[in-house]
Amino acid sequence: METKIKYTPADFKSDQEVRWCPGCGDHAILNAMVKSMANIGIPKENVVVVSGIGCSSRFPYYVSTYGFHGIHGRASAIASGIKTANPNLCVWQITGDGDALAIGGNHFIHAIRRNIDLNIIVFNNEIYGLTKGQYSPTSKIGSITKTSPFGTVEPPFRIGELVIGAQGHFFARTIDVMVNLSSEIFEQAAQFQGTSIVEALVNCVIFNDGAHDVYSDKEYRDDRVIILRHGEKMVFGKNHDKGLVLEDLKLKVVTIGKDGYTLDDILVHNAQEENPGIHLMLANMSYPDFPLALGVIRAVKAPTYERLVEQQIADVKSSAKIRCMNDLLTSGNTWTIK
Amino acid sequence: MAEKSKVIEKEAIVIRFSGDSGDGMQLTGTQFSDTSALFGNDVSTFPDYPAEIRAPQGTVGGVSGFQVHIGSTDVTTPGDFCDVLVAMNPAALKANIRWVKPGGTIIVNIDSFNEKNLAKAGYTSNPLPDYQKGDFNIIEAPITTLTQEAMKEITNDNKTVLRTRNMFALGMTYFMFHRPLDYTLSFFEKKFSKQPDVAKANKLVLEAGYHYAETIEAIANKRVVVAPAKLEPGTYRNINGNTATAWGLIAAAEKAQLPLFLGSYPITPATEILMELAARKDLGVKTFQAEDEIAGICTAIGAAYAGSLAATSTSGPGLSLKSEAMGLAVMTELPLVVINVQRGGPSTGLPTKTEQSDLLQALFGRNGECPMVVIAASTPSNCFTYSYMAAKIALEHMTPVILLTDGFLANGTEPWKIPTMESLPEITPRYAPKDAQYQPYARNSEWLYRYWALPGTPGHEHRVGGLEKMDVTGTVSYVPENHQVMCNYRDEKVARVQKVIPLQTVEGDQSGDLLVVGWGGTYGHLSHAVKNLRKAGNKVGHCHFNYINPLPANVEEIFSKFKKIVVCELNFGQLANYLRMKHQKFEYLQYNKLMGLPFTANELEEHLKNLI
Repeated sequence: METKIKYTPADFKSDQEVRWCPGCGDHAILNAMVKSMANIGIPKENVVVVSGIGCSSRFPYYVSTYGFHGIHGRASAIASGIKTANPNLCVWQITGDGDALAIGGNHFIHAIRRNIDLNIIVFNNEIYGLTKGQYSPTSKIGSITKTSPFGTVEPPFRIGELVIGAQGHFFARTIDVMVNLSSEIFEQAAQFQGTSIVEALVNCVIFNDGAHDVYSDKEYRDDRVIILRHGEKMVFGKNHDKGLVLEDLKLKVVTIGKDGYTLDDILVHNAQEENPGIHLMLANMSYPDFPLALGVIRAVKAPTYERLVEQQIADVKSSAKIRCMNDLLTSGNTWTIK
Repeated sequence: MAEKSKVIEKEAIVIRFSGDSGDGMQLTGTQFSDTSALFGNDVSTFPDYPAEIRAPQGTVGGVSGFQVHIGSTDVTTPGDFCDVLVAMNPAALKANIRWVKPGGTIIVNIDSFNEKNLAKAGYTSNPLPDYQKGDFNIIEAPITTLTQEAMKEITNDNKTVLRTRNMFALGMTYFMFHRPLDYTLSFFEKKFSKQPDVAKANKLVLEAGYHYAETIEAIANKRVVVAPAKLEPGTYRNINGNTATAWGLIAAAEKAQLPLFLGSYPITPATEILMELAARKDLGVKTFQAEDEIAGICTAIGAAYAGSLAATSTSGPGLSLKSEAMGLAVMTELPLVVINVQRGGPSTGLPTKTEQSDLLQALFGRNGECPMVVIAASTPSNCFTYSYMAAKIALEHMTPVILLTDGFLANGTEPWKIPTMESLPEITPRYAPKDAQYQPYARNSEWLYRYWALPGTPGHEHRVGGLEKMDVTGTVSYVPENHQVMCNYRDEKVARVQKVIPLQTVEGDQSGDLLVVGWGGTYGHLSHAVKNLRKAGNKVGHCHFNYINPLPANVEEIFSKFKKIVVCELNFGQLANYLRMKHQKFEYLQYNKLMGLPFTANELEEHLKNLI
């Protein structure tokens, strides 16, 4: 993974026709992804893209790296096997809100808990697209879908909260319309050693059109999202005059220059803080009380599973008496008959 | 040693240790069998224990047993009935009296025969006087009291006494059967190296049991010795089926020069495979204890894609959970070994008991036309051979392979002539040629496997997955004719494995009145029964399958040489039905049992006799 090669985004596009609906948010994520892959410069043969089932999971066919289109919900497990077997590979997992959080919820949280170095992009369109419009574990309560004609009565998962609950070390969020931001985040996810989860808000133009309009519309986007960058002030707004402060153990939106608040009062984002308290609050912010947090919310260094496995093997081997199968076969209690 | 006592020589004896599930009967039995194996006997063991770790104390449901059969000739089963039963409490006696031979000896821990324990076991009065009057030789040994007495200098802690009294019983049996103590003594030293007091207490109790037996006239006058067996020359070790299975995989990985990866989730009675491989970091084995059965196989599929010899181990319910992922392995045509240690089903069923009822699940339990190679081991030690062969076939034919063992093989032990790595057949993984252009679904024309291109190889980037793929190019394809072609390829690829597996052999008569057909773990019992039938002058053959899909090429030839065919299985007739499908022109009689127990050679003999 050390060698850096000069690529262009086109080098990572496969010759397969992309079969997502015109206007689907997935196109934008694909474009951002090939751009990041080119920028990262890891030799193409060392990249593996794994997916489960769903619209987004067709992704591996559209990139020219190694790819594995798995079965529903199991991408994290397949990817974990690949990475553990060969830690030198750069492993991406493409998944959706249904694939990762419903049928694959168990594998998802356990991959995070183990901190295997996977880069997992969760395409969150808050709907089941490929099966034509049923509610998902991230659909807002009350969502009217084909399987909830009178509205859902179950609260949705908040992905960031789930990641932090599973002791996640990296969580970021992006939105389909912001391709440059997505690309920047994917690069950081790839460089992070451990399980990186990126929630990508994508629009399903057919079955859940406009689900993220409240944030994505250019007209008011700047007032409704905040882009967090490590070491920078938590400032947002069209006029860069709004910010986040911590009061009574809670986040609060203030206007700089109003009510006595100055830039000095505004929080500085520390993605590397081990204590997940603020990260959880940031991840859970939503309209209308708060801006939606985009960018890398949490990135805390920790040992990775696959390296610990390798290390343990190396340690045991260094003082092992049994060095090959013949040694093992003849170890312990044996007797000879002549 | 009291050399003056009378010694009787016997060809074989069977001894059964039984007690509460916390009484250490498995350990006691293992010590007796290891000591006997080192002494040179042929040995076969059968642990029989409940699923509960500590079932209600003193109840019949909580009884744990361990049967050992030692012999100076070929021992193929753990024995139907025992010559000696050790019963540590009334419940153990109640649960196991049915397994004692007429005239057999029963050693009971008389200290535990109080009103409370008798009631717990469901006895309304002390049954010993009745048994004594019957055809049993009862030895009432105050085992708890004498254990206390033996270790009083070290401790009088009641817990230690309870934990150690099994060694008193072991000591008694060592005297009865002229076994040396040194193997067990050195076991104590190793196991309790950090607790010298405990090691010493165990030693004192073992010796006390030995010397106590010497004072019992009924034992001292009837000491039995079983001479070493005339086994083939070679170096031997005792091995159980699960260890042998794990070792077969390590050996295959070493031969194929591949890293070994096991993705698995603990499940009785397969867990020991995961445990054994987890301990083999010295040989570079990677084990992944997954969050569930599905992740167990999916991590293994990932590892296979990445270039490992990959395996997953489970038992019945786990195999059900892995079904969809096995289909993925069939579709992606990756090498994978799926080990199913069968247990009593359906559902959770009888976790610690044996059965052969997953055969049809292994053969057909997946959506779509989804052929996999299916192999079954038939003795504890040949689990090594067949797990090695499962890996070889998986790697050389680019296919998932199911290896079936069962609870009886998994926990049973026998002496095993240790092979050398040099004696094992070569394994040639089907790597994609480095320089050529790579087409993921281009096939070898002779065997129809596709080639294995490992991530990390420049120029071989490709995509695989569960969707149907275009022949040769491997792009997603919904072309109707292509699906037919690919289904045919997958089927024919597995069918062609028939050309590399050995021809089926028959033991005993090669033609005659009755062919006894079996598969998997029933080998020992069937073989024993057939030998006895032949001794009685019958013309009987024994055809025991290890390769089930595909079946060997000469099945029809074998079957046509017998007047009758009877398929004996621990299920309702799964192999029989499979044979009816594959070889329709024969009539198949059946003998089946579903009790969570192996056949007894005796019941087989009785039944088969009537068919001739």
